[in-house]
Amino acid sequence: MSTESRPPPPQFAAKLRRALGGRAGWGGFAFQLLFVAVLIWIGYEIVVNARANLQAQRITSGFGFLGNTAGFDVSQNLIPYSGSDTYTRVFFVGLLNTLLVAVIGIFFATAIGFIVALGRLSPNWLLARISGGYVELIRNLPLLFQILFWYLAVLAALPNPRQGIALFGSFFLSNRGLVIPRPVAEPGLEPFAIALLVAVVAALLLRSYARRQLFEHGRLMRIWPIVLGLLIGLPLVTSLVFGAPVMFEIPQLKGFNFAGGSRVIPEFVALLLALSLYTAAFIAEIVRAGIQSVHKGQMEAGASLGLSRGSTLRLIVVPQALRVILPPLTNQYLNLTKNSSLAVAIGYPDLVSVFAGTTLSQTGQAIEIIAITMGVYLLISLVTSAIMSFYGWRLGRSLGNT
Amino acid sequence: MKRASLVLTVAFAAGLATPAAHAQTLKTVTDRGMVSCGVSQGLPGFSSPDDKGNWTGFDVDICRAVAAAIFNDPSKVKFVPLSAKDRFTALQSGEIDVLSRNTTWTLSRDTTLGANFTGVTYYDGQGFLVKKSLKVNSALELNSASVCVQTGTTTEQNLADYFKSNSMKYEVIAFASADETVKAYESGRCDVFTSDVSQLYAERLKLANPADHAVLPEVISKEPLGPMVRHGDDQWFDLVKWVLFAMVDAEELGITQKNVDDMAKSDKPELKRVFGTDGNLGEQLGVTKDWVARIVKAVGNYGEAFDRNVGAGSKLGIARGLNQLWNKGGIQYAPPIR
Repeated sequence: MSTESRPPPPQFAAKLRRALGGRAGWGGFAFQLLFVAVLIWIGYEIVVNARANLQAQRITSGFGFLGNTAGFDVSQNLIPYSGSDTYTRVFFVGLLNTLLVAVIGIFFATAIGFIVALGRLSPNWLLARISGGYVELIRNLPLLFQILFWYLAVLAALPNPRQGIALFGSFFLSNRGLVIPRPVAEPGLEPFAIALLVAVVAALLLRSYARRQLFEHGRLMRIWPIVLGLLIGLPLVTSLVFGAPVMFEIPQLKGFNFAGGSRVIPEFVALLLALSLYTAAFIAEIVRAGIQSVHKGQMEAGASLGLSRGSTLRLIVVPQALRVILPPLTNQYLNLTKNSSLAVAIGYPDLVSVFAGTTLSQTGQAIEIIAITMGVYLLISLVTSAIMSFYGWRLGRSLGNT
Repeated sequence: MKRASLVLTVAFAAGLATPAAHAQTLKTVTDRGMVSCGVSQGLPGFSSPDDKGNWTGFDVDICRAVAAAIFNDPSKVKFVPLSAKDRFTALQSGEIDVLSRNTTWTLSRDTTLGANFTGVTYYDGQGFLVKKSLKVNSALELNSASVCVQTGTTTEQNLADYFKSNSMKYEVIAFASADETVKAYESGRCDVFTSDVSQLYAERLKLANPADHAVLPEVISKEPLGPMVRHGDDQWFDLVKWVLFAMVDAEELGITQKNVDDMAKSDKPELKRVFGTDGNLGEQLGVTKDWVARIVKAVGNYGEAFDRNVGAGSKLGIARGLNQLWNKGGIQYAPPIR
């Protein structure tokens, strides 16, 4: 052996062996390799056999159908869509509808969940009992049942469009949903948007200045009147100078339905209500557990510093509780997103309804479509988890345990 | 078969089991002692369970006729209720042997699903059901209407085509099951419920006040409904196909549930062939010589089954129309049993 060649230090080899093979050493590693190889082989066989059998039965396979014309319509589309578009477009229409209800649902579920949790912990006897009752009632009833309840309850309570409830002559509530005036861009929109942007940036700068003043010089500044003035005043002045940023298209009853304006369909409202309220019950318990996991002394310390109960919670307890809350909270977000697939029961056009439902039965390509749909839900869930992990990581850093 | 079992593993995950391509369905059915038949989740007149849990209806009778031909016992059928969305997957996976569930025969379904239509049991078309209080007399007055429809059917596409070609606007709300669709229509979520006309009559019976609702005169599509079997098993395909033909031919020959025993003694050459006293036509199909007699005894001829389930003798009261025999003004026609 020449002097130049430097074998890796024995310690490194031992570490590697231990990491790969565990206690069994290299032999264990060989078994693991074999296991992975078998898994890959099974996966390969599965694909090959499925294809062969589909071909033998002359069931069309492959992804060519994605370019075909769909030929059916969807009641809610966030991107322009008509029956002459392709199945790919249907997929995106459904995906966006799923994401819409999931994102808004997560927002409301979190807000309601926190409020109910604080209510349960409140010293007020009645408030605590009502919050407790809410949690016990909602989380113990099946979600599908709640979705159907809200849908049928909402529908039954609302009149038909000809007898719709009008608010200010421009909002109409009926069993076709809530029709609201649609904003249409006017020339004044551009200056308005710029003014709003300037106001937001100025407000953010002011906030960071105020924080510095507080932390470095112990001076507490009341900035919210200035921020409010900036955010409302600046755009208002601009629109007075340059003209109104938007005009509103007022909906009108024509024939069976309202023409013009934007519409929130009752299926969306029912699904959102059910998902938010249901998930909120679980989030409330998670938040309550998180807050109770923070030592009682923290609350007393806050009180002895002269902070109000609300400020103590907001500044001291909740940031510490979040570490406990975050992982199960992520689970609830994922559950809400996945539960949104129950939408098909009430005719909300989510991904499962339009893609894994209508598209599947029109094309008959179950394997491909189910695989795509599962992949999409997996992706949405992984992205949600990643965002929450990132938030958790930042939170951990700011609490001083990197 | 190692390969097949491997595939089943996947298929389980993907929701689609793929049985071996050239399965001997008739043998499987005989060994099992039951025909597994896919039907609707409850469509009065076509397939719905009665108050004792027995399945009745026109589509149900097709399966009972198949069972009668094989086992001489129309009760040897296991009915599997399926939504419109799940029906083809159930057939492809081998969960059912026959799909008899008001399914429209189209080219794409015939070619891409790995299944074949065995004939037309009912010539239907798509129509509209509306509340009489809306005072709508024609489908052309439905501009800007909200339309309830069951997802996974040809109906959705016909609807889009019809409104587009008449440059009318509409809103579609698609539900997974027929019951939910009807419930939404009844609650006022939609102005119109669209489906095959036969189904409209059937679903109207489920409404609180059937008389308040009317079926519009327009029929906007051709919907030939028929049973399906898996592709690649010609023997089974032939059997299911000829069970329907036998029912139609029986009506044409005047063989009814009542007179079948007398007719069987006839010495007319045509009837002798049908009843198997001459030749072995039934055995060529893989069943017994007296297969036609077994079918007619169990469910009656085509006309009897029609009348009892959906026609004049039923609550639906649908006229024979296109489904009348070819020599009586309709288009039901079956090749001869010879």
